[in-house]
Amino acid sequence: MHIIESGNVAAALGVKLSRAQVIAAYPITPQTPLTEKLSEIVEAGELDAQYIPVESEHSALAVCIAASSAGARAFTATSANGLLYMHEQIHWAAGARLPIVMCVVNRGVGAPWTVWNDHQDSISQRDTGWIQIYVNDHQQIIDTVIKSFRLAEEVMIPIMVCYDGYLLSHTYMPFDVPEQDRVDAFLPPYKAPYALDPENPANLNTVTLPDIRFDAQGRLAHGYMEIRYLLQEDMRKALDAASSIERQFFEMFGRGGDAFFELYCCEDADYIAVSMGSLSYHLRDVADLLRASGIRVGVMSVHLYRPFPASMIAQALVHARRIIVFEKALSYGYEGALCSDIKSALFHHGHNQARPEVLGHVLGLGGREIRTEDLHEALKHSCTTPVAHPDEIGWIGLKI
Amino acid sequence: MEHEHLEIRWHGRGGQGAITAAKIVAKATFESGYPGVAMVPTFGTERRGAPVFTSLKVSKTKIYDLSPISRPDIIVVLDHLLLEETDILHGLKPGGILVINTPKPLEAYNFDGTRLAVADVTAVSCRAGLPEGMVNAGIIGSFARATDFLDFALLIRNIEEEFQGRRASENAQAARLCYENTTVMGY
Repeated sequence: MHIIESGNVAAALGVKLSRAQVIAAYPITPQTPLTEKLSEIVEAGELDAQYIPVESEHSALAVCIAASSAGARAFTATSANGLLYMHEQIHWAAGARLPIVMCVVNRGVGAPWTVWNDHQDSISQRDTGWIQIYVNDHQQIIDTVIKSFRLAEEVMIPIMVCYDGYLLSHTYMPFDVPEQDRVDAFLPPYKAPYALDPENPANLNTVTLPDIRFDAQGRLAHGYMEIRYLLQEDMRKALDAASSIERQFFEMFGRGGDAFFELYCCEDADYIAVSMGSLSYHLRDVADLLRASGIRVGVMSVHLYRPFPASMIAQALVHARRIIVFEKALSYGYEGALCSDIKSALFHHGHNQARPEVLGHVLGLGGREIRTEDLHEALKHSCTTPVAHPDEIGWIGLKI
Repeated sequence: MEHEHLEIRWHGRGGQGAITAAKIVAKATFESGYPGVAMVPTFGTERRGAPVFTSLKVSKTKIYDLSPISRPDIIVVLDHLLLEETDILHGLKPGGILVINTPKPLEAYNFDGTRLAVADVTAVSCRAGLPEGMVNAGIIGSFARATDFLDFALLIRNIEEEFQGRRASENAQAARLCYENTTVMGY
């Protein structure tokens, strides 16, 4: 059934349909309506889950780690400084291989305080060992929450579902809410391969020595490095798992189809704009305008950011003359993280081939309004002007 | 009246229900066969009483641009005093429609090139049995009369659904009375 609701409600309905068993969250703008909606759903008895109010984000994720360790399907959500307050537990959840799903309602990071949207919060958590997925509209929010529980539990890696604060979280648009029985058929109940059980006591994630050693039962046990190697190996394997789950979802629900990225008018494009989140959809309007004036522009929306589908991305981009990356985040002192990742993907792809030039733009930090005219001018300029300083970041909408 | 693409900007005060009003119209628009609907509130550091606005974009195709409306076809104002505080009319297209909740008559205003519609939504809504200051259902009645964009019965049904358990019939009645009591100027 199609409804018109906010992005936060889309996320809450996705969690409900996924039959999460434990929800722990601390409210923070712009995530707050999501947790309020979930607590209403649980209170009304529409979802058989424990909603655990906590005094901080650190505790929110700690509760999810405990619940997931005991074999429950666990969910949390946060934004910005709340996400950063979780940081230690974020690493822990990945290292402990717990299939927690968390919505990150993207917001800029203080100081100075901002409640408005950019991507610095989740991008700064890129290297924690979580899968990161960026979505572009409400349909993708609800669908991706459901798919993420399935993927997380298949590969035993936690997932951040990232969507733009305000621009998606507080915007109302139509989306389809799938029927519960179809979601149940797609997402079976979670069966933990190992879980805390008083009948079978075990130590989880105790101090692990640098080298391998025999455990109490006399079995050769991994050292820290082997455990971390396996996280990397399984992250890379998650690319195939994500692809296969996406295909199954498409067959059942007729939506989605590519877990890695979405392409718009890229087949014959001389120039491809690359971005994540709602901005990548905004760029489609700009591509239409530029195509009307004879400049062949395409747009790539990157969904799966970690694990990074580098070779598939490079393959989709390598035929273009120039790649223009638009980002709401920055690795201070260098450039945007996505821009670096795109360059790296192209560098590894086809050594003897000519590679497209890659330009990086930063925009929309702390909710700075992104106007179609500004995007149009920046993209047109990036397409039509020789690149004098390829390493320089282009700032869009800056008033300094 | 059918449109390919329509942009409606709603201005109110924090707590007045501009977002709820825009949401009701968004739902009715979607049900009228417009697959592209996006209602994007612009959030500042508002508190009750401060000027707020939200952008409702409707289209026959999916809406990709979620930035605030800069060239509205229609502007709806839930409190006429806002006209003195902020640049409400900014970007209104020539021939665009302006709907104002005001106790003043049409003749009190002079907006060249706009199609003005006025109603004392605050007073009329009280007559419908609502507490003073609840104007977000009533303004939809005036919007409907001024624009002839959506089926009025469909709007009433959406008002009743939105306010279910919260004076639904009074809100629907406010919209009906405002529809009847809105005066619309020609070009």
